[in-house]
Amino acid sequence: MNLRQRRRLKLILRLAAAIAITAFFLFPIYWLFMISFKTPEEIFAFPPKWWPGQIQFDNYEVLFKDGDAKTVGNSLVVASVSTVLAMFLGTLCAYSLARFRTGGENLANWIISQRMVPPIAVVFPIFLLYVWLKLVDTYVGLILLYTAFNLPYVIWMMRGYINDIPKALEESALVDGCTRWQVLWKVVFPMCRAGLFATAIFTFVFAWNDFIFALVLTRTEVSTYTVQVTHYFGGQSNFWAKISAMSVLGTLPIFIVVGFMQRYLVRGISLGAVKG
Amino acid sequence: MPASCFQPREQTHRTSLAAIRTKAATRDRRFKYVLVAPSIFVLLLIGIFPLIYLIVVSFQNITMTDMDTSFQGLLNYRQMVNDTRMWQALLHTVIFTAIALPIELVLGLAMAQLFIDRIPGRQVFVALLVLPVVISPIVAGATWSLMFDNRFGPINQIIGWLIGGEATILWTINPNLVYPAILVAEVWQWTPFMFLLLLAALSAVDKSQLEAASIDGAGWWRTFFRIVLPAIWPVMAIAILIRGLDLFRLFDIVWALTRGGPGTMTETISIFAYVKGFQQFDTSFTAAVALMIIVLLSIVVMAALKRVELAR
Repeated sequence: MNLRQRRRLKLILRLAAAIAITAFFLFPIYWLFMISFKTPEEIFAFPPKWWPGQIQFDNYEVLFKDGDAKTVGNSLVVASVSTVLAMFLGTLCAYSLARFRTGGENLANWIISQRMVPPIAVVFPIFLLYVWLKLVDTYVGLILLYTAFNLPYVIWMMRGYINDIPKALEESALVDGCTRWQVLWKVVFPMCRAGLFATAIFTFVFAWNDFIFALVLTRTEVSTYTVQVTHYFGGQSNFWAKISAMSVLGTLPIFIVVGFMQRYLVRGISLGAVKG
Repeated sequence: MPASCFQPREQTHRTSLAAIRTKAATRDRRFKYVLVAPSIFVLLLIGIFPLIYLIVVSFQNITMTDMDTSFQGLLNYRQMVNDTRMWQALLHTVIFTAIALPIELVLGLAMAQLFIDRIPGRQVFVALLVLPVVISPIVAGATWSLMFDNRFGPINQIIGWLIGGEATILWTINPNLVYPAILVAEVWQWTPFMFLLLLAALSAVDKSQLEAASIDGAGWWRTFFRIVLPAIWPVMAIAILIRGLDLFRLFDIVWALTRGGPGTMTETISIFAYVKGFQQFDTSFTAAVALMIIVLLSIVVMAALKRVELAR
């Protein structure tokens, strides 16, 4: 075997490994999506069938008819509103931290450490507080908590993106007679537009995917789709058609959104540590 | 915002340079605190105030039946130290972390090595491989409970093909198999996280150093430990830190697969706190547990942040 053939063989082996690994990681997702298109008879067929007889949307129709799909709407409301709030407050704070070194490293470290505490320990006193304030199972309560929980992430990420902008541009804008606020609106925000967008997407995804906060702080009115999915788990039998259809309703939007964010993914999930 | 900030600049040009500087400095100082204030307010409101409340409640004796708000000293803390179930939950959490973290790291690194060289369709592969990371963990757990179902799941079916018979393994009920089942789901979801970060780190390794090492006749392992590993270590440390902290609060996947069962076999510390606080309404006891978790984690995080370069 000459060198060229060996190289070819190596590439083929690598490609085969890549395909096998990708298949392993995609198969459960395929299974979830596929189940949602099956009829009940097909779901409970033995041995299990690996593809639906035909694509049909009855499982989704049931969710919309029973009003369960409303929980996806709830997720959308709390995730979007809290993202907008966290982005607005967090970016201002990040600018101050980045440009004026407000509070030094200690403040920045304290802020990011707020995010790393286990949610259950955070949500327990919040729950007691909310019972007292009558905020349990309200949009306001959930939005407030998501905003606070995502603020450290926004501050931390935006601090990184703002640090990437050359200072000289802002200085020349100041010399030209812009106020500090004008500099923010006309120079800083446009310059880090991509970073703002990427951070907002990830903030949204975190709130959207959360389970434990919603589990504790919602009852019926504002439960999110993640809580709804667990309602279909039964002691004796699981409502598989509903589990899968509801999961797909909650997962598909995330896939689509993240598909557009590939470039920012590594930076987003590594808390800005890896520029990617 | 005081009106003076909106005054036209021409006015200041007339005053002396030093006066401009001091005026600008005070203005900046006010400005920087105005920007920070709302965020800090929200963080304190949702962070510090409940924390104080938590401390107070943990010294009382509030349970489902009893609204006893008199101070009980260290009653709940004594009870916590003597609670074997709590220590077991802590142990389970440590076991999950100690097994899942190295597996995710090694698999992620191996995958990153595979994809670092040119390979046809590389971008498509990477784009597909990240999908598990962005799924909600509770949905990932639900998905794996579909996969692991003893009768209608594909895993037993595949095992059945391999052994040439019918497999009826109860993955989420059999005490010997719940840990492997949960770990498979956990590793499935988060190995791509390690992979992505390490792939980015590997791409940033200086190619000329690798060439020099290969010219000098250094073997693959030697090159890896002497050049590649030190180069990717900063990123690796961050990946380990983020995943380690995530694993410590493991909740969703276990909740979807076993709810901590059978019995309390797979109960993590987060599930333990949830059950105590929201199903048994042992309010004061849970406050003590939550406080312990916060203190423990804060120490770890603060120590880790000093060592790890998390963003510049």
